[in-house]
Amino acid sequence: MVEAVRIYLLLAGTWMRSAAQYPASMVMLLATQAVATFLDAAAILIVFAHTPRLGGFSLPEVMFLYATSGISVAVADITLGTVERLGEHIRHGTLDTLLLRPVGPLLQIATEDFNPRRMGKLVPTAVMLVVSLRHLDLHWTLARAATLPLMLAGGVGIFWALWVLAAAWQFAVVDGKQAANSITYGGAYVTQYPLSIFGRDALRGLTWVLPLAFVNWEPALYVLGRPDPLGLPVFFRFASPLVAAVLAVLAALAWRTGLRHYQSTGS
Amino acid sequence: MIEVDEVCKSFTVRRRSGRLRRSRTLVGAVDRISFTVAAGEFVGYLGPNGAGKSTTIKMLTGILTPTSGRVRVSGLDPSRQRTALARRIGVVFGQRTTLWWDLPLRDSLTLVRHLYRVERSTHQARLAELTELLELGAFLDTPVRQLSLGQRMRGDLAAALVHDPELLVLDEPTIGLDVISKATVRAFLTRLNTERGTTILLTTHDLGDVERLCRRVMVIDHGRLAYDGSLPRLRAALDADRILIVDLARAAPPIEVDGARVVRTDGPRQWLAIPPSGNAAAVVAAVAARHEVEDISLREPGIEDLITRLYGGGVPADR
Ligand SMILES: Nc1ncnc2c1ncn2[C@@H]1O[C@H](COP(=O)(O)OP(=O)(O)OP(=O)(O)O)[C@@H](O)[C@H]1O
Ligand SMILES: [Mg+2]
Repeated sequence: MVEAVRIYLLLAGTWMRSAAQYPASMVMLLATQAVATFLDAAAILIVFAHTPRLGGFSLPEVMFLYATSGISVAVADITLGTVERLGEHIRHGTLDTLLLRPVGPLLQIATEDFNPRRMGKLVPTAVMLVVSLRHLDLHWTLARAATLPLMLAGGVGIFWALWVLAAAWQFAVVDGKQAANSITYGGAYVTQYPLSIFGRDALRGLTWVLPLAFVNWEPALYVLGRPDPLGLPVFFRFASPLVAAVLAVLAALAWRTGLRHYQSTGS
Repeated sequence: MIEVDEVCKSFTVRRRSGRLRRSRTLVGAVDRISFTVAAGEFVGYLGPNGAGKSTTIKMLTGILTPTSGRVRVSGLDPSRQRTALARRIGVVFGQRTTLWWDLPLRDSLTLVRHLYRVERSTHQARLAELTELLELGAFLDTPVRQLSLGQRMRGDLAAALVHDPELLVLDEPTIGLDVISKATVRAFLTRLNTERGTTILLTTHDLGDVERLCRRVMVIDHGRLAYDGSLPRLRAALDADRILIVDLARAAPPIEVDGARVVRTDGPRQWLAIPPSGNAAAVVAAVAARHEVEDISLREPGIEDLITRLYGGGVPADR
């Protein structure tokens, strides 16, 4: 594990250094990404100009959900976002060369092109979290305060696992990137809003089938002191890390199976 | 060093067979191959296009899992212990680089050093040696994407050797290289094998590589091992018959001449086989003396001829 982190930092550092040869383009891309995130978030303000509540939630509450989801997505994307390129590596046969090195291909693809511009999404969402916390009128207990980092970590873990699962899917369907993206990016999008706006059936699906409710919705209900519309036991509010762990095991299995059945390309 | 026992590999290929239907077919690439390579050997692995050479190499290096059979390299199971094996072997695919496209060659090699956990002092000494032998000095600081094919190839060789592997596997390492680069690479490989004792397995379509480098050759065709033996035996087989192609002024009955026999005729053109002991010059002189000849050419049997003959069961394996 320590070794994996060492290798990760080493590879990421090397890519950073090579990106640093073009500082202007790096700053530009970072700024563009940040502005795009802010504009996206501004859509919430437009919605709230017409209605005082969204799915039963106030503006600071929706901002809280948006920010926690956004931070989890951003951290997962910074650290592992490039795994979606697996399909390209398979098609071009470059996965072969990754497999020749004494380091797992997941680490190598995850660090590929590592670039500070990936931070573009993290900064705006972190700012939003701070703003929403200042406007939320919450009575902070120790349990509430502890749930916040737990939910961010759980969210990151769930997105990591989903990203790897979606990538592993490309072992089976080489041009499966679009389908895979609909789950990863779709998941990132859905969790930005109170899940109650999608209706009870969708909420059930997002709890039991594709457990995106554990990214931020369930723990946020606890932090915000809201009842669960599905009436699930209180244990569910803290289940995010557990769900992340289960998904991670599934993702690891899928990845291994994919690698074992990898057929390479001709030549 | 390498043990391959009854190994098969077939690929699942999906084909469109109609509007929406897709059918899966199994394509055999390697068919029950067995061989062993001892430490210190220098083995050439030959065969025509599509014979299964690269597929075998991918199984040896853990990229592909064999469909059946057993592979051991350095005492490890390649597909299950791939990363452990990677620390012990070096691999170069002539068609593909393992270097980082945007990094200068020197940085790529440093990164490789970190990945393989080679001590800095060991690395410096090794890099100096590789730089000298492979003549890397002129382009060590050039980004890999700007290197020529021959330069990149030498860079790849260096990268595969940073961790001083006990086995070096090369898939067409001289493809597309000019005479000088080829000579550099060959001299380097010979030295590596004799002085460092590195075991080397290489595939190539260049007979020159085989003649100058390999003490043992294995020939694979249609996924089956057709020959496994020493180079002198291969050479004897290669020299079996040279073919003299004679274009006469007009069609004639088969030429009768000492030291050669006609194996084929096609209008005015005749093919004469000259055995290894025969004197080609004498045959040419004799033919020209007795017939009106438009053109004449002598063809050395190429590796493809040899393989065709091998596959027909001409030369039995001596192992
Ligand atoms: N990834 C793959 N999927 C399907 N078939 C493949 C794949 N890789 C190789 N094959 C098939 O397996 C057979 C052996 O291919 P291989 O690449 O091992 O040949 P080779 O001996 O290296 O040939 P060459 O000299 O052309 O490099 C060929 O018929 C090829 O079409
Ligand atoms: Mg090949």
